[in-house]
Amino acid sequence: MSTTETSASGVGPVEGASPYSVDNPAPVIEPPRKRTKKTPKSTRGNFEMAAWLFMRLSGVVLVVLVIGHLLIQLVLDGGVSKIGFAFVAGRWASPFWQVWDLAMLWLAMLHGANGLRTVINDYAERPNTRLWLKGLLYTATVFTILLGTLVIFTFDPNIR
Amino acid sequence: MPAGTLYRGREGMWSWVAHRVTGVLIFFFLFVHVLDTALVRVSPEAYDDVVATYKTPIVALLEYGLVAAILFHALNGLRVIAVDFWIKGARYQKQMLWTVVAVWIVLMLGAIYPVLGHAARELFGS
Repeated sequence: MSTTETSASGVGPVEGASPYSVDNPAPVIEPPRKRTKKTPKSTRGNFEMAAWLFMRLSGVVLVVLVIGHLLIQLVLDGGVSKIGFAFVAGRWASPFWQVWDLAMLWLAMLHGANGLRTVINDYAERPNTRLWLKGLLYTATVFTILLGTLVIFTFDPNIR
Repeated sequence: MPAGTLYRGREGMWSWVAHRVTGVLIFFFLFVHVLDTALVRVSPEAYDDVVATYKTPIVALLEYGLVAAILFHALNGLRVIAVDFWIKGARYQKQMLWTVVAVWIVLMLGAIYPVLGHAARELFGS
């Protein structure tokens, strides 16, 4: 038996017999940082955890959406050579493919934007650089999501 | 190069680097891709013109590279999820990476003909 062994009461042989028993229990000590009713509400929220979870959930969905997209556009039915305005018009005639492409656009853009946000946080050290890079990233992301959404919803097969 | 430590310079670090690099590349392509698709709102000719560049042999090679980046990012992403949520994930992260690499090689071999066949016919005649 080593001297670091402890008994069930948490008191090792060095301290001798435990002063506590069922009739004389040890006092309950509150964890120092335990949240109580008096603790102010955190103002930061759980954004980083939500972002972490979003990357995994959107990632799984994107694996299906993007690999399906690659199969349709680059592999099946002549690969890239068949793509043209008529091919796009044929696919977006179906609400199924509109929803598919819309979901892919939003998830991929948000997944990519959050990824790049992480990269900026990791490598850009000066506060000003971070601010400008993130400003550029968010502007480009919002613009691209809105443009893509507009194109899917207002697509007109008889444009002329 | 000095021998790796538990993490640095080993499978864990290099898969992280590759995940990052492929992710950034795919994201930049995504911007271009939404912009070129937006040309369907301009005119059928404008769209068909830009898609014609996607059918040239050099861009076909870039497409093959894009497929490579996407497939690695997708497969390694599933591995990351397994490391995070599967109780034995961290223990088998190395084996999972080599599985990812093996599946990736098989898929990339399978993608040669569909993605590059068109360019090969154009270059060498059909």
